[in-house]
Amino acid sequence: MKCSFIILILSCILSYCDAQVKVYEKFDDMEEEILTNISADTTYVVNFWATWCGPCIKELPYFEELNALYSNQAFKQILVSLDDPKKLESKVIPFLTKNKIKSKVVLLADGKANNWIDKVDPSWSGAIPITLILKGDKKLFFEKEFHSTFEIEEEMLVLFNN
Amino acid sequence: MKNLINTILLALLIGVTVSAQNGYKIGDTAKDFSLKGVDGKMHSLADMKDAKGFIVTFTCNHCPYAIMYEDRLVALQNEFGPQGYHVVAINPNDPEVKPDDSFENMIIRAEEKKFNFPYLIDEGQQLYPVFGATKTPHVFLLDKELQVKYIGAIDDNARNADEVDERFLANAINALEAGKNPDPAMTKAIGCSIKTK
Repeated sequence: MKCSFIILILSCILSYCDAQVKVYEKFDDMEEEILTNISADTTYVVNFWATWCGPCIKELPYFEELNALYSNQAFKQILVSLDDPKKLESKVIPFLTKNKIKSKVVLLADGKANNWIDKVDPSWSGAIPITLILKGDKKLFFEKEFHSTFEIEEEMLVLFNN
Repeated sequence: MKNLINTILLALLIGVTVSAQNGYKIGDTAKDFSLKGVDGKMHSLADMKDAKGFIVTFTCNHCPYAIMYEDRLVALQNEFGPQGYHVVAINPNDPEVKPDDSFENMIIRAEEKKFNFPYLIDEGQQLYPVFGATKTPHVFLLDKELQVKYIGAIDDNARNADEVDERFLANAINALEAGKNPDPAMTKAIGCSIKTK
């Protein structure tokens, strides 16, 4: 009993070291930190996903590859998980560890989606995945699944090179 | 050259945005349909002769957000069915992409959850684009003339039915009963994209 408890604590600490996920209870706090407060010369790719979303999981490796390709440049990528915050330890972190996700991941726990969907983009229906590409005051919005790294890169470069 | 590419990309982006907004808008009159239900029979809105309205809900078996609302759909039918507003659930997903959402699995799920409303399959995926459904769950409230009165979410808290502050759909039905137009007439919620090949 004692042993399993220690193992549990240890595995929690280890997985936390692997994958740190900040949880935002309110959309506005997340918006302020990662969507508004951005530096003008950096291109940001923000992808909304969840471990339960099939198309999201399929396109995740492309985002990971993009992140690796541009890691030394004026580029930042954030994966916003819409998973149930109660499943952070049991599902999200194990998923990130297993798939060796290196991109920054945050979890948006704000359940009042009707209040914030339009703030992400007025054309967003609420289905995921979606991807935002931001630089300065420019924004591109995609409510679709990407099918290659190049497909995201092509869109990203429109802002990156300007 | 770069500007040209930008212009083309922008045009494509606008094109995508516009096409995503196809489907019914508030005030449009919906066309009736005929779809197969889990009881093996074909169902049309016109079959429900006493109806004062229809809660047309695109939903499915596999999506966690659809599952969160299964019990609430049963409760809505219990609450509003006797008043003449009937839940009509439609699965818009391609079962070849998502086997969980096959007709056979719909029958099993409807039995497990004791659905008290028709659960229909959008075979060939012809109906959901007509409505403009983009996700599950996605609700369209129609009055008895099939005029679209409300589009969007069932309430403002998918994860926790006990922490709902606003029952958007119930409020919309109550507005119709009071001879008013629902306000808000449109809301948004997170959902699973409709699965297509």
